[in-house]
Amino acid sequence: MLDPAPEPLLRLRDVTQAYRKGGTSDLLVLDGINLSLRENQIVGLLGRSGSGKSTILRIVSGLIAPSSGDVLFRGGTVTGPVPGVAMVFQTFALFPWLTVMENVELGLEAIGVAAAVRRERALSAIDLIGLDGFETAYPKELSGGMRQRVGLARALVVHPDILLLDEPFSALDVLTAETLRTDLIDLWIEGRLPIKSALMVTHNIEEAVLMCDRVIVLSPNPGRIALEIDIRLPHPRNRLDPGFRKHVGEIYALMTKRQDPHSPTIEGIPGTGIGMVLPDVSTNEMAGLLEALAQPGAPARVELSDIARALQLEVDELFPIAELIQLLRFGEMEAGTIRVTDGGRLFAEADTDHRKRLFAERLEAHVPLIRLIRRVLNERPNHIAPLDRFRSELEDYMSEEYAETTLRTVITWGRYAEILSYDEETERLSLEDFS
Amino acid sequence: MTEISSPVGLIAKRAQPNLWDGFAFALIIAVLAAVAHGAHGTVMPIATLERASISLSPWALPGYAVRTVMRMAAAMMASILFTFTYAPLAAKSARAGQILIPLLDILQSVPILGFLTFTVTAFMALFPGSVLGVEFAAVFVIFTSQAWNMAFSFYQALTTVPGDLEEAATNFQLSSWQRFWRLEVPLGMPGLVWNAMMSMSGGWFMVVASEAISVGSNTVALPGIGSYVAAALDARDLRGVAWAILAMTAVILAYDQLLFRPLVAWADKFKFEQTATEAPDDPWALKLVQRTRLMRALLAPVGRLLDLGAGLRLGRARRVTRQTRPRELNLAFDIVWYGMVAAGLGWSLWRMVSYLATSLRLADLVEAVELGALTFLRVLVLILLASLLWVPVGVWIGLRPSWARRVQSVVQFAAAFPANLLFPIAVVLIVRLHGSADIWLSPLMILGTQWYILFNVIAGASVFPGDLREVSANFGIRGRRWWTKVMLPGIFPYYVTGAITASGGSWNASIVAEVVNWGPTRLHAHGLGAYIADATKLGDYRRVVLGVAVMSAYVIATNRLLWRPLYEYAGRRLRFD
Repeated sequence: MLDPAPEPLLRLRDVTQAYRKGGTSDLLVLDGINLSLRENQIVGLLGRSGSGKSTILRIVSGLIAPSSGDVLFRGGTVTGPVPGVAMVFQTFALFPWLTVMENVELGLEAIGVAAAVRRERALSAIDLIGLDGFETAYPKELSGGMRQRVGLARALVVHPDILLLDEPFSALDVLTAETLRTDLIDLWIEGRLPIKSALMVTHNIEEAVLMCDRVIVLSPNPGRIALEIDIRLPHPRNRLDPGFRKHVGEIYALMTKRQDPHSPTIEGIPGTGIGMVLPDVSTNEMAGLLEALAQPGAPARVELSDIARALQLEVDELFPIAELIQLLRFGEMEAGTIRVTDGGRLFAEADTDHRKRLFAERLEAHVPLIRLIRRVLNERPNHIAPLDRFRSELEDYMSEEYAETTLRTVITWGRYAEILSYDEETERLSLEDFS
Repeated sequence: MTEISSPVGLIAKRAQPNLWDGFAFALIIAVLAAVAHGAHGTVMPIATLERASISLSPWALPGYAVRTVMRMAAAMMASILFTFTYAPLAAKSARAGQILIPLLDILQSVPILGFLTFTVTAFMALFPGSVLGVEFAAVFVIFTSQAWNMAFSFYQALTTVPGDLEEAATNFQLSSWQRFWRLEVPLGMPGLVWNAMMSMSGGWFMVVASEAISVGSNTVALPGIGSYVAAALDARDLRGVAWAILAMTAVILAYDQLLFRPLVAWADKFKFEQTATEAPDDPWALKLVQRTRLMRALLAPVGRLLDLGAGLRLGRARRVTRQTRPRELNLAFDIVWYGMVAAGLGWSLWRMVSYLATSLRLADLVEAVELGALTFLRVLVLILLASLLWVPVGVWIGLRPSWARRVQSVVQFAAAFPANLLFPIAVVLIVRLHGSADIWLSPLMILGTQWYILFNVIAGASVFPGDLREVSANFGIRGRRWWTKVMLPGIFPYYVTGAITASGGSWNASIVAEVVNWGPTRLHAHGLGAYIADATKLGDYRRVVLGVAVMSAYVIATNRLLWRPLYEYAGRRLRFD
């Protein structure tokens, strides 16, 4: 412990992850990730969906192997699941046919711990995490919070060096999540957790600032490390503390910043032109946010973190809506704030038909895929084209999954704007035929 | 009881080249041909198993019932073993799956009763002069009626393991053995139990048909309920038939109450759902096991032993490999693999054609196809008639929950009851009333299988969303419009599942239903089933192979061209989610 620079517990060196696509190029998910985890640290991996944060966690745990680069755990290369790294899952991943006790014992049984020892250790983990009395219950009898406690006990019972937390609180309601967070942090600062350090994936900025000693912010598509912030605030932390707010604001600003031309476009939406990955945002959500921002008496420029708190929206929910607003020039984002444009104000105050017209105009002006589809349909004598025609074109730019989401989104937007029509049975797009 | 198990449910999900299906088909028929060829003429009559040795005294029935039950149990064990080996193999090796799954699919569609000839001769050849051979043959026939859908259901569970549980098992270093017993088997359990129960229903039919069989000059009768019925038929003893029906009823009820109800209720805990749903009351037999001290004391050591066995660290924990691209290696492997498959296909086709071509002419094929068309027509008309009757009845019952629960267990029983036990009664009626065999034997084909339609329609109607019913009542939707816009689309996926099962079962039943004996009286309808039955009786293996092949082709074609598209359509458009 006196060693001034002890060897980190875990180290990722130039980790890259790519998935093979059908055609020529690979789809890059992670690009050149370097990070290290020292003892007595909780490190947060913060990023939006598509930033590869869960992939990093799975690489660390040995669940998947990186395409290139190394994972070093206690100096040795990780080539598969290692004892000493235990994971807590977002969906709890409890075995429904095993009782709480059996679920907790599972990891010990797998590494061949004798039954008596197993029982003792499981009971003490259950005790530590506050599950006494639930030993014989089945998961489906428990509330979400209790289930995640089982997940935590199951991971802690193997006394891992590193505890991996994969968005452990995001499937819980606000109050339950907060209780679990504070319970876990209390145990951590009291030194009662049988772990050396923890790595937590989250998309909740406040959660990261609340719990972590260091936050690593990832930028999406492909996942790269955008920033590392040390959080030196003492525990227990207060969300209203100016120092806390400063960190939160800083991260918001970073995550909405206009990026360099290589990765995500000016709109913050990855891909350019036809290859733009369209977010799965409904027009109702967009209208709702615009109305909230444009209501009389609202300031011209609003902090995104304030909106997130007021509307109880997670970053992953709020950002795509804000980005659609920005894409259609109904608003502008800057340094963690958003401002409604005149066009946005017009939209917020318009009636349904007028809104549809405005939306249609902006779609044609700013969404290249809509322009392409309209052009192709206009060129064809019957004004009909199979969806596959566009799917294959999109897949040149993005993964099949993204292509599917993008197409669904375009259909929904096109239908709302009354400029596209789609027949699900034949999977064919046509020009709106009810006008 | 709202679960739906469908023979095409899984198949519908995998869209894949029909080459594999063709291969599987050719392979099965070729093996049949080879077995028949090898076994031909090597069989000795076994004196102890003559039909005359079956006692018609009702007092002999309990003993026979026990023998029958033992055969069923043995077949079930074999089916479970088969399921636990075949399904993992198909699920874990992509290449093996390419062959094994179409094979299973075709095996499911082959009329099992057609197997009877081959299995009996083959097993008798394996154990010449011994009763064991015939016992094995009977058990094997029952096995073939049970194993396929169980294996399918387990395969389905293995290929749809929830990702997070899979990761948790890997992260916590479960060995492959532990993973199998702690993760995969529990996941497959509800489907497995349900399908085992369905299989058992089909099994009773087979056991009756397989205990007493004549192949060419060989007539064998294993002591059991099936042989008892056969002997009663020979002796024109209606009272004997009645006793047999009674015994069978008792046996099926016992199986249902003592084994399957507790099992289904117990398997409920393996359902992969995180929310507690309102479970119906536990069946009495399960309560007996779980809540009496004696039973628990007896069973606890067994449970501990099983638990210990499941926890053994056999096999390795899962490793991961870097996503590299050994394309060349794969290519070489692919060439060898597909080469082997092509060679196998060639051999099978050659084997099939050369076997059949030695004594059969094209005219024989044409005859079989024509007779097949007759049977096809029967099946179609019967399904249509049964639907017209049972769909309204099923909807009526399904919409009344208190009725549905009671009726459902009766229907389940009716489906399990071997309809062939009732054939004699029908024959007596036809003979007395001088009916036409071509018309009046037909209903026998669907006697046992129509219940699947009713059963599934009840299930569908009972889960029809209450709010949709209220909406249609609120808007005053009634009569024809109510049926076409509200109820029929709602139950359609369930109906299709039932109709598929009913249609497949009817094809199979045609082999025993198109020719029925009553003492010396022989009622004979024209159809492919009768063709196979006649050929079996004459020991004409080539015609049996031809008949079975043509019938399989009909069944597969109906499944692919009619049922599967309907099923897919229902899955795409007519689901509540």
